[in-house]
Amino acid sequence: MFASLSDRLTATFRTLRGKGRLTDADIDGTVLEIRRALLDADVALPAVTTFTERIRARAVGAEVSRSLNPGQQVVKIVHEELIEILGGSARPLRVAKTGPTVIMLAGLQGAGKTTFAGKLAYHLKALGHTPLLVAADLQRPNAVTQLEVVAERAGVPVFAPEPGVTREDEKVRGNPVKVAGNAIKEATRRQHSVVIVDTAGRLGVDRELMKQASDIRKAIDPDEVLFVIDAMIGQDAVATAQAFQAGVAMTGVVLTKLDGDARGGAALSVREVTGVPILYASTGEKLDEFEVFHPERMAGRILDMGDVLSLIEKAEATFDQAEAQRMADKMSKGEDFTLTDFLSQMQQLKNMGSMKKMLTMLPGMGQMRDQIDNLDEAELTRTEAIIQSMTPLERDNPKVLNGSRRSRIAAGSGTSVAQINALVKRFEDAQRMMKAMAGGGGMPGLGGLPTMAPGAMPGGKKSKGKQAPQRKVKGKSGNPAKRAAQERALREHGAPAPASGSAFGLGRPTSDEPEFDPSQLPSLDKYLRG
Amino acid sequence: MDVSWIPGSADGIVVGIVALLAVAGGWWGWRSRRPGPPVNRRGDEATGQTATLDPSATTPAAADTAVDALAEVPEDPAARFARRSSRVGGAFGARIALFFGRGDYDDSAWDELEEALLTADVGATMTAKILVAVRARVHGGHSSPRDAVREALIEAMDPDADRRLDLGSPGSGDLAPVLVVGVNGVGKTTSVGKLARVLVADGYSVLLGAADTFRAAAADQLETWGSRVGVVTVRADKDGADPASVAFEAAHAAQEHSVDVLLVDTAGRLQNKAGLMDQLGKVARVVEKVAPVREALLVLDATTGQNGLVQARVFAEAVPLTGVVLTKMDGTAKGGIVLAVQNSLGVPVKFVGLGEGVDDLAPFDVEGFVDGLLGP
Repeated sequence: MFASLSDRLTATFRTLRGKGRLTDADIDGTVLEIRRALLDADVALPAVTTFTERIRARAVGAEVSRSLNPGQQVVKIVHEELIEILGGSARPLRVAKTGPTVIMLAGLQGAGKTTFAGKLAYHLKALGHTPLLVAADLQRPNAVTQLEVVAERAGVPVFAPEPGVTREDEKVRGNPVKVAGNAIKEATRRQHSVVIVDTAGRLGVDRELMKQASDIRKAIDPDEVLFVIDAMIGQDAVATAQAFQAGVAMTGVVLTKLDGDARGGAALSVREVTGVPILYASTGEKLDEFEVFHPERMAGRILDMGDVLSLIEKAEATFDQAEAQRMADKMSKGEDFTLTDFLSQMQQLKNMGSMKKMLTMLPGMGQMRDQIDNLDEAELTRTEAIIQSMTPLERDNPKVLNGSRRSRIAAGSGTSVAQINALVKRFEDAQRMMKAMAGGGGMPGLGGLPTMAPGAMPGGKKSKGKQAPQRKVKGKSGNPAKRAAQERALREHGAPAPASGSAFGLGRPTSDEPEFDPSQLPSLDKYLRG
Repeated sequence: MDVSWIPGSADGIVVGIVALLAVAGGWWGWRSRRPGPPVNRRGDEATGQTATLDPSATTPAAADTAVDALAEVPEDPAARFARRSSRVGGAFGARIALFFGRGDYDDSAWDELEEALLTADVGATMTAKILVAVRARVHGGHSSPRDAVREALIEAMDPDADRRLDLGSPGSGDLAPVLVVGVNGVGKTTSVGKLARVLVADGYSVLLGAADTFRAAAADQLETWGSRVGVVTVRADKDGADPASVAFEAAHAAQEHSVDVLLVDTAGRLQNKAGLMDQLGKVARVVEKVAPVREALLVLDATTGQNGLVQARVFAEAVPLTGVVLTKMDGTAKGGIVLAVQNSLGVPVKFVGLGEGVDDLAPFDVEGFVDGLLGP
């Protein structure tokens, strides 16, 4: 596991505390680290170079903030700069004044154009448009069929006069340029408000196909040409983006496969090299797994910083809805958290994948990296075994666990009594915590989870620093530097934070649930410190 | 604190996360009662059994029709790489020529070499390693810069690794199952099709298993590939069948017909989806019931960046990888990630896709590859 950039920078600056300003020499080491971090995230070299120079210019002479160590400060600058570049000239989809809005999709083979076409159609349909999907990829076997399937799922009509290639060895028939042209006429006639043209995937070096794409572009005069690019792409992003810019002059970029764990440096490369804004991010195989691009989250991802929102989204994706609902009801009624619940939570947690990976997604976990590395995931299985060796009565009421029951459970689960004692103790802690949370105000809504600007939160979890009012003693850090940062963080993020997780519907609280009160979340911090 | 069930204070974190997720998940459960039928999640349906597969559906229907005189004769694999090696390299060669052209080797020269390697997706760590090796050679005065780079690259690719497929000899009737795995959109199905041609050219009898039951029309695509060289494809009769059961049926059919090699095409999956990776593990286990899996090939797209290393590592946890198939090397990509994969995981590249033609999948040749990279 690579240490994250902020950990490495913090290490670089360990000796630097107390200096007034960052000097040139201080920055050199930092710039190297940033460069490496960006390269590891697959940002293309030319983009890395221009970016690090910009950071250098900004960082040299910057006053060392009292609340942040220099490493954190540089990370903050990097993060801000990334957000600015990634989010710069962000805009909504351009819509035609008259007639149908024409959107053309282009990109490499396997980037996910056809899937994205369906998602975009679904999204626009939900916004009240009447999209028409056009199958102009006559090259790839079964591309037309795939688009038809996708269109059916999205519930939008598809214009596919040519069947395209259905077998590997078939010759390409039909003219995609004509198909696209006719599609526009058809859309005008049937009064569709949006036309989405799916084109064949092509390599940047394939002149013939690139010419075809540019012919299509000429024939339909699109309002938007979206360049679809895979988040996993490496240094080749630059060459590809340049080829497509020359070929089809795209007006927007779509990043796909962001549900993977690639860091997605390509976003920065393409943005830097072409200057074209990133409009959408595609995050899964289902039609609704798609969102408007969030520069803050992408910046955090490129820098490998903790991302609580992603974690929650992952939970959303894997957690069993009914079970989650049951837990929530239970908590709001103030019922006890039992071992049965603990077991089911743990099993769901396991569904989410590697525990280590998840832990590293939390901000500020850098300091705990060693412990995380030592975490033995098999222990979870053992804990599971212990609970499964208990009778329902014991699970619901661990107090009945006497010596004989414990030795039975130990035998049944292949563990020792000491391990069971430890588990029971841990569980009691957890139970107390759950009670505290439930008591904290019923059903918390996560309406406006503050954006995780790292700089604003030195020391990670501690600095979320928005403790419940009733915990006033704990609310402010004893450390003046931290307190200052907390207060600043509050000032910066105190107002309802901008939605940074559309998939989650943040920022649109419904009337029947309480507005988010940050006080309910951070009480966790205490426990997170273990 | 007695924390023996999870070492260190990480247990506190775990409990914290359980709680956090309970809250977050609960909140989500509360508000996301969206209308509409539940979507069938792929990873969760791995429990389906052969019931999803009508035995009649897996009859090798193409058996009689395909194995006729119409089958094409694929090109001899041994000659393939040499003929297409010019498709490797290009920009990298031009870049590195700048380095070779220099008389003095000061810092800026090394920067040029470093840039060339970095832009080929070799990755920061691996680049640093190679630079050290090249410097040592050049400063030692034993070799010219070009030879130094060449040797260092070849060394990094582990030239002694066995790159042949371990499939026994053709006609032995001893079934050798091969699993082909990878993330979405890298060209798995196409690679399986092309691999079938390689094996047929080498004299093996082959059977294809279409265990990609998720992507629309993937099985059709595979069947087309097979029928062109007279190879039978076993497939499910409907989309969304359990891939493990298709794999099992295929393995069974392969054994019954005393086929040499079974090629199993699997659905693309992102490596961080635990459910799908488990499903892949199940496919492997099920095939093992019939015959031990001899090769598990990871298909990597040459444009993939540093995530390729993560892919290789995670896929290796689900199925023990024995080789890499590097696809789409005919574009502008350099596929430098295979250096890192080979070096850190020891999984050798066995095949490389050098074009869109049906016989453009060639056995990998380290020296040829490096020479192609460096240019003439």
